[in-house]
Amino acid sequence: MEPKTSIVAVDGKQEIVITRNFDLPVDLLFKAYSESELIEQWMGTKVLKYDFRVHGSFRLQTTDQKGKQYGFHGVIHDFIPNQKIIRTFEMEGMPFGVQLEIYEFKKLTESTSHLRQLIIYQSVSHRDENLKLPFRQGITWAHNRIEEVLSV
Amino acid sequence: MKLRRDVFQAIADPTRRAIISLLAIQALTPTAIADNFESSRQTISKHIQILAECEILFQEQKGREIYYHLNPNGMKDIAEFIDPFRKFWDERFNELETVMKNYQSKR
Repeated sequence: MEPKTSIVAVDGKQEIVITRNFDLPVDLLFKAYSESELIEQWMGTKVLKYDFRVHGSFRLQTTDQKGKQYGFHGVIHDFIPNQKIIRTFEMEGMPFGVQLEIYEFKKLTESTSHLRQLIIYQSVSHRDENLKLPFRQGITWAHNRIEEVLSV
Repeated sequence: MKLRRDVFQAIADPTRRAIISLLAIQALTPTAIADNFESSRQTISKHIQILAECEILFQEQKGREIYYHLNPNGMKDIAEFIDPFRKFWDERFNELETVMKNYQSKR
């Protein structure tokens, strides 16, 4: 299936733009970003704290197969229901720096909506390292699986 | 059990990133690599070993010398990382859509 998500990462720039159309009304799309229980479900992460308001902050935590925990946190700069969220995001204890995230939610029709997610990194190299992350996680997970098989 | 190193760890260190940049231009012997740094040969050799364990470098024996090459599959151009990145987000967004559709139908 053709991916519905589009990624723009211009060479030498420190930003990434992620866009996607959803088969969901805009209020439901926004809800997915503004209720802890729903965030936990689709992101597969635990929400330790999330103040959905300007000056609020959040903290998330994921646990890998080996039981190792990873923390993420940030603060909210803007929170306009069904329109916009501006927040910072940082992976704790990782060399990936802090990023500024600007989410724009738009109604397309009564039952469809659009999300534009602009992520600005500390530098071009921070962006490039972040871009490699899913690829690298894939490698790490593959290695973990090999280790599991070998350690039986 | 000895922990397997990952690519992640390899790129975290500035000296190792510098070694990668050097080898991106040409294959070099360990001595030639070490000549570019103030650090001791042992230190550089340790960095090379880590990069090799992460499969970012591979060795080639030429006569009595060992040359280190950059593994083209270990370090790809940024463009090639976009696909896994897009796939990662696409799967996440698909999950969001599924979760919200269930939520909607329950209301």
